[in-house]
Amino acid sequence: MPLINSPAELEQHRREILAKRDPRKPSVSVCAGAGCLATGAEKVIAAFNAEIAKQGLNAEVTTKGTGCPGFCERGPVVVVGPEEICYLQVTPKDVPEIVAKTLKEKKVVERLLYVDAATKEKAVREADIPFYRNQERNIIGNNIKIDPKCIDDYLALGGYSALAKALFGMTPEQVVEEVKKSKLRGRGGGGFPTGVKWEAARSTPGETKYVIVNADEGDPGAFMDRAVLEGNPHSILEGLIIGAYAIGAHEGYVYVRQEYPLALKNVSLAIKQAGEHGFLGKNILGSGFDLTVKVHRGAGAFVCGEETALILSLEGRPGEPKPRPPYPAAKGLWGRPTNINNVETWANVPLIINKGADWFTGFGTEKSKGTKIFSLVGKIKNTGLVEVPMGVTLRDIVYKIGDGIPRGKKFKAVQTGGPAGGCIPEEHLDIAVDFDELIKVGAIMGSGGMIVMDEDTCMVDIARYFLNFLAQESCGKCSPCREGIKQMHRILTDITEGRGKDGDIELLEEIALATRSASLCGLGRSAPNPVLSTIRYFRDEYEAHIREKRCPSYSCKELVSYYIDPEACGACLLCMKRCTSDAISGGRNLIHVVDQVKCNRCGTCFDVCPAKFGAVIRLSGEPVPGAIPEELRVVVRKKAAQQETAKEAR
Amino acid sequence: MSQVSLQIDGKDVTAAEGMTVLAAAQSAGISIPTVCHHQKLEPFGGCRLCTVEVDAGGRTNLVAACVYPVQQDIIVRTRSKQIDGIRKVLTEQLLAYAPESEVLQKLAQEYQANKDRFAKEPSFCILCGLCVRYCAEVKKKDAVGFIDRGPSREISFIPEIAARECWDCKECFPLCPTSALQAAFVLMRSLTSLASSNSEEVRI
Amino acid sequence: MDTAKIERIIDKHHCEASALIEILLDIQNELHWLPREALELVAGKLQVPVSRIQHTATFYKAFSLVPKGRHEIHICMGTACHVRGAPRVLEVVENLTGIQPGETDAEMKFSLDTVNCLGCCALGPVMEIDAQHLGKLAPAMAADLLKNYD
Repeated sequence: MPLINSPAELEQHRREILAKRDPRKPSVSVCAGAGCLATGAEKVIAAFNAEIAKQGLNAEVTTKGTGCPGFCERGPVVVVGPEEICYLQVTPKDVPEIVAKTLKEKKVVERLLYVDAATKEKAVREADIPFYRNQERNIIGNNIKIDPKCIDDYLALGGYSALAKALFGMTPEQVVEEVKKSKLRGRGGGGFPTGVKWEAARSTPGETKYVIVNADEGDPGAFMDRAVLEGNPHSILEGLIIGAYAIGAHEGYVYVRQEYPLALKNVSLAIKQAGEHGFLGKNILGSGFDLTVKVHRGAGAFVCGEETALILSLEGRPGEPKPRPPYPAAKGLWGRPTNINNVETWANVPLIINKGADWFTGFGTEKSKGTKIFSLVGKIKNTGLVEVPMGVTLRDIVYKIGDGIPRGKKFKAVQTGGPAGGCIPEEHLDIAVDFDELIKVGAIMGSGGMIVMDEDTCMVDIARYFLNFLAQESCGKCSPCREGIKQMHRILTDITEGRGKDGDIELLEEIALATRSASLCGLGRSAPNPVLSTIRYFRDEYEAHIREKRCPSYSCKELVSYYIDPEACGACLLCMKRCTSDAISGGRNLIHVVDQVKCNRCGTCFDVCPAKFGAVIRLSGEPVPGAIPEELRVVVRKKAAQQETAKEAR
Repeated sequence: MSQVSLQIDGKDVTAAEGMTVLAAAQSAGISIPTVCHHQKLEPFGGCRLCTVEVDAGGRTNLVAACVYPVQQDIIVRTRSKQIDGIRKVLTEQLLAYAPESEVLQKLAQEYQANKDRFAKEPSFCILCGLCVRYCAEVKKKDAVGFIDRGPSREISFIPEIAARECWDCKECFPLCPTSALQAAFVLMRSLTSLASSNSEEVRI
Repeated sequence: MDTAKIERIIDKHHCEASALIEILLDIQNELHWLPREALELVAGKLQVPVSRIQHTATFYKAFSLVPKGRHEIHICMGTACHVRGAPRVLEVVENLTGIQPGETDAEMKFSLDTVNCLGCCALGPVMEIDAQHLGKLAPAMAADLLKNYD
């Protein structure tokens, strides 16, 4: 790897790389992010390598495993260049056909294309797929073009030119100004103006300062940072080096949660390769600026996403957040001025430096500029990562990009902002998604998790779920959080298990107020949000659970009974066979009956009963009808006749 | 060290820069309730009973007086409907562990806390950390520490160190607001004298 | 316990107290748990109080103070997985293995734990066995998958 000692050498090296690459040459890019790997992408890549070798096409075609392009629902994703034909859910069996038809004959394999459910139209090019077409993929768009293990791919796309521009064309103060002008706000959840944060660290006196990448992405349901870390680690490093230059730091850390082994691997490799090129280490690009970057692993603590806890973790201590002030910009790692930013925040920096703050402010709303990557998951047809300008409506994200709710179910809510966030019901679907608008409806943007829920989701259970999560993750130092979460969780568990009492909602609100007001850190202060937001919009569900012992979504096991309607039962034996607790009795011509004592409420009978019978009924808040007399259970087909006889006899 | 002037409960107070609101209040004869605070120890900010309202920079924040530094022209209120409501709930939560604690009973009286509001807990320890911090900061022995996190957090003696040091020391015992500490120590001692030479960590 | 191995891990991190978590992670990955002797060795070499090591080892959930089984099962309980039915998968796995989260079976074959989000949210419910991720799980599938491990 050549050591690059000046911007001129960088451009020379870039030209050399591009000279060796023919954009018209066929290429196969297979998503090798953790998601597609879990659905078999590695075997697909191996199959391509084998088939291409077999067909003698090694010289003509380049194959690579790339970063995650976000359409996770339909992975493994394969893009064939130069036409950018996008194939979805590719298996190794499909590979010979793709090689023969698309690579050799330049024909499309129709059955692997995206089909619009409504119009039945097929989308050939990646850019035509509605999922992608409705996005603005400034950051994640590059993932499919980059093999994260190959720095040349990043350089071919213009990588590290922003660094050269900053080091040689701008003073540190000018860099800070540009970031301030861009109005970039932190993408990790705090939404604090990044430029202002940098300025605070820059202006604190001191020789020793630190920069940190917060890659502890802990919000369950959020995996945007994982995709950028795994798929385009250099974009983050470049931003980090620019930031270190702006602030005056010469040591940096990338703190990655240990649950992301692929991200750890790719970031570490990227740091090594960047060092070999002279983008890290001493005298970067011949500028005289030094920066070393180390990777540190998290060890399974959501609270370490909070910056003071993260810093303590780097110091080898339990992550118990510290009161602020003092802020890390004044007193952070080892008591020195420290600037921590989220992965996505850092990734925006090279774009802002290269294209300018004015370009950046062209996207988004008045107070929330730029684009944001969201993880759109849960009860939604197109799950995956979505990058849109701030200000797009929730409705557009859920329906235009996400294609709505699967299985004909009704939309109920979108949960945003992770455990610190809230649930947004249908009445607010038309809000513009930005930092401030979400707060108005009782939610937050958080790191970008968007979990879609439908009619089968119980909102009281969701509140209980989040409190359960927070109880496990609270550091436990301060009592409003430790005790408040414990008590709220207990009450919510009681409500979902049929032990709710009048006054529970008011008690929840009272505890919530103390926890929100008096907790030491953001985890405690925002812990009540899921409870308060579900009470705000779904109070009727709480009241049904408490007063009627009824779960309107038939989700809370203790409050649901499964009953087989004798009039509808076809005695097909299916539910009997699949029952997980041997609770159904019956026979080929004997109406099936659920033993309510043995039944464990798993819901399998409800799932498997054929649609033509639809005999399994879920009951909640009402008693299960008594058993029908034994004689009437027998012989389904003659049942009608028997009932007639029984009626006449009475 | 420069001086800072602020207002606490309508009273003008002057304090040295770097002082906490709690210390400034105490110097002005204004009392703020605390449980986890001790003169000899670094402020902990764990019990949050000292929560006060602070008007600063056009905003009102609720902060822990024992750790919040004084600033020029801030307005502090140590009592209000909001603050009293918070202290009531916090006291009730701790009473579930140690209803007999004198410190907590005094708070209960002042803030009309109901000791039966929350279900009784099997443990007496309210995790104020006084014992842990005293042993670490004053005695520098680290014979007792915290383990785990969240509602599972507990204090735990290190048997080898405790066996050596604690019997002749016991200086942390009077600090304990709930006398859970004495019980914990006695239990640990009896268990470790029965345990094998493995000396496994004992969770109380 | 191979004391030399543990010492090598500590030396690799230059006996720095700040590298405590990195050291413990390396030991955990090597031994699949943190024996008390290892913690005492680390305390000695790093000049850090045992109480702090103990707090750190129990605070962070990547560490285990008891030996783990041959195969570590992690079931993701993140929000997206929860909404798509992860609790049912957990229940089936609990029934099949006979253990609850945090436990290891008597034959030291399986250890079961829940995890708060593996980052494969689009593929929920997700189970991880021996660092392999398995997505889009139905409870019945989980049963079949576990049969492949001995």
